[in-house]
Amino acid sequence: MIKINDLHAKIGEKEILKGLSLEVKAGEIHAIMGPNGAGKSTLASILAGREDYEVTAGQVDFQGEDLLELSTEDRAREGLFLAFQYPVEIPGVSNINFLRTAINEIREYNKEEPVSAKDFMAMVREKSALVELDSKLASRSVNEGFSGGEKKRNEIFQMAMLAPKLAILDETDSGLDIDALRIVANGVNKLRTSENATIVITHYQRLLDHIVPDFVHVLYDGKIVKTGGKELALELEEKGYDWIKAELAN
Amino acid sequence: MSVDLNSTPLFFSELKETILPLSENEKKNSISFLNENKLPTTRNEAWKYTRLAKLGKSKFISSNSELESIDQYNIDPSATTLVFVNGFFSEELSSNDCPDNLTWSLLSQKNKIEETISDESEYFNCLNSAFLVEGVELNIADKAIMKNPIQIIHVLNGDAIISNFRIVVNAGKSSEASIITGFFSENGDSQFSNVISEINVAENAKLTMDKLQYETESTFHISTEKVKQARNSVFTINTATLNGGLVRNNVVVDVDGENCNTHMNGAYLLKNKQHVDNHTLVNHNVPNCDSFELYKGVMDDKSTAVFNGKVIVHKDAQKINAFQSNGNVLISDDATVNSKPELEIFADDVKCSHGSTTGQLDDEAIFYLQCRGLSKKSAHQLMVSAFIGEVLEKFENENVRTYINGLLKSRFNWDYVS
Ligand SMILES: Nc1ncnc2c1ncn2[C@@H]1O[C@H](COP(=O)(O)OP(=O)(O)OP(=O)(O)O)[C@@H](O)[C@H]1O
Ligand SMILES: [Mg+2]
Repeated sequence: MIKINDLHAKIGEKEILKGLSLEVKAGEIHAIMGPNGAGKSTLASILAGREDYEVTAGQVDFQGEDLLELSTEDRAREGLFLAFQYPVEIPGVSNINFLRTAINEIREYNKEEPVSAKDFMAMVREKSALVELDSKLASRSVNEGFSGGEKKRNEIFQMAMLAPKLAILDETDSGLDIDALRIVANGVNKLRTSENATIVITHYQRLLDHIVPDFVHVLYDGKIVKTGGKELALELEEKGYDWIKAELAN
Repeated sequence: MSVDLNSTPLFFSELKETILPLSENEKKNSISFLNENKLPTTRNEAWKYTRLAKLGKSKFISSNSELESIDQYNIDPSATTLVFVNGFFSEELSSNDCPDNLTWSLLSQKNKIEETISDESEYFNCLNSAFLVEGVELNIADKAIMKNPIQIIHVLNGDAIISNFRIVVNAGKSSEASIITGFFSENGDSQFSNVISEINVAENAKLTMDKLQYETESTFHISTEKVKQARNSVFTINTATLNGGLVRNNVVVDVDGENCNTHMNGAYLLKNKQHVDNHTLVNHNVPNCDSFELYKGVMDDKSTAVFNGKVIVHKDAQKINAFQSNGNVLISDDATVNSKPELEIFADDVKCSHGSTTGQLDDEAIFYLQCRGLSKKSAHQLMVSAFIGEVLEKFENENVRTYINGLLKSRFNWDYVS
């Protein structure tokens, strides 16, 4: 699905990613954990195509394409989805209007017919039910006045609408109450197939009780420094990151 | 007395003095004003940000012309339509029938044109009086509830055409009506619409004006709506400026009766080297009135926008609520805006607010939309629509909104998404 090889990136003079490698195959769920400021969101942003960062070395192959050569929108159209850590509010732009435009532009890219108004509305009903997002919220301005938790749910609603190949969820669990966490995780699990894959960036083990990862990676100082199974998350929860830093120092 | 052409060459030297039945006084004063004054310059406060030098270098002519049809300018097909080409009335293109509760007449057919609220010290007002080609007076009967709008379509056709044109509206007591004015130009460069509208809104009347401007990028357009409101009346003017080279709109409202509502909304979407200047003035002369003003614009390329909105609350005009807001988005580094909201308050028990913002489209929001698969262009369009949509929604007439969408589509190749 995606193969990141020795990725280096900087912003201004500050080097943030320092040789990051990661491979995710179809059907897999990977968790990325790591201390604040390690570069997790930076990785997500670079994969999504944010232009503020300069990639200085490395390659990213996404389903056989050179991802870094694609525009942001083409990455989305190829099936990459990023659920933002901090979703923006866009006053005046209706959630479902923009999603409809998005879906139709994606379909056009894939040489498919536009979605009919009827099918689209049916989809909105189905997918908003999946993440238990109030249908009123679905049709309001994008994230405007949404609570923190509602914004995160809206991200997963959009993910459900767009049915991506690879979804990167950047701290989607932060700000969610216990019920919402379960709902969002259920949503993610229901959307899971053998054809798609998910990268969850999180600080907390509890999300991983619901979305069970195949691999857990530790991102520290711009690199993946440790990889393990789901039990690694438990270990991190218990011991924090110091032991890893110590391991690295040796 | 006649215009003295012996001095410097003037942009109106080819024009003949009006033969319309204006009062001798008005003719005389306006001609002497033109003889004694030059075009206003940027040293004149009212023209600080709008240069007229190019207009002054043109040499305009006035002539009648025929149009095949106005199908493409028919903003609201349900309306009673009056068509003026280069200022001259076109009977063939105008509606044949007229609702019972409306009477209208051409100014050229009147015995005498009342000296109303014209401003004898304003340059373009004098130009209009001196060379007035034609005009129309609409009288809406007392208590008339007009189902369909009245539409005045003004088209410039031919090179260097000037139209000095006038609209007079008398909205009778307790009447309800809406008027659409549409300004278009074709077939020529360097044209000039110089239009004055005098609007009287009687007691309890409700009048809405939707003004659409879609002249070419080489057209000059200067127009003034002078409005007088009597008590308990509601007046709304919605202006959409979607094309035009140099456009100056003046709206002056005198709120002379208590319990009035005044609404002024404007949307301007500019590109290339367009220059659009909206000047508004509301005079709250009496207590217990509300006025609301919302102007928003989006400027691309090297375009410039000017907004100057003034609200004056005169002494003893207590219990006034006046809200004014102007928002601008610049989508190019070369676009500029000069925005100046002004409040002058001489009463003490009033609630007024004004604000002006200028910014860019939110990059974060655009990135977010692109991350969902929207092209940059669609993302821009959605953001611009959202911004300007707040004003376009004020056009309550569905046909007008549809027509505006069509203009946006043809000029910017995008659909306004409501
Ligand atoms: N635009 C920027 N300008 C300067 N520094 C930046 C910028 N964006 C990120 N950084 C820096 O890069 C480093 C990595 O940030 P990033 O947001 O990727 O961390 P993170 O791992 O997601 O942290 P968190 O767990 O707190 O979300 C931080 O030190 C941050 O300050
Ligand atoms: Mg982060």
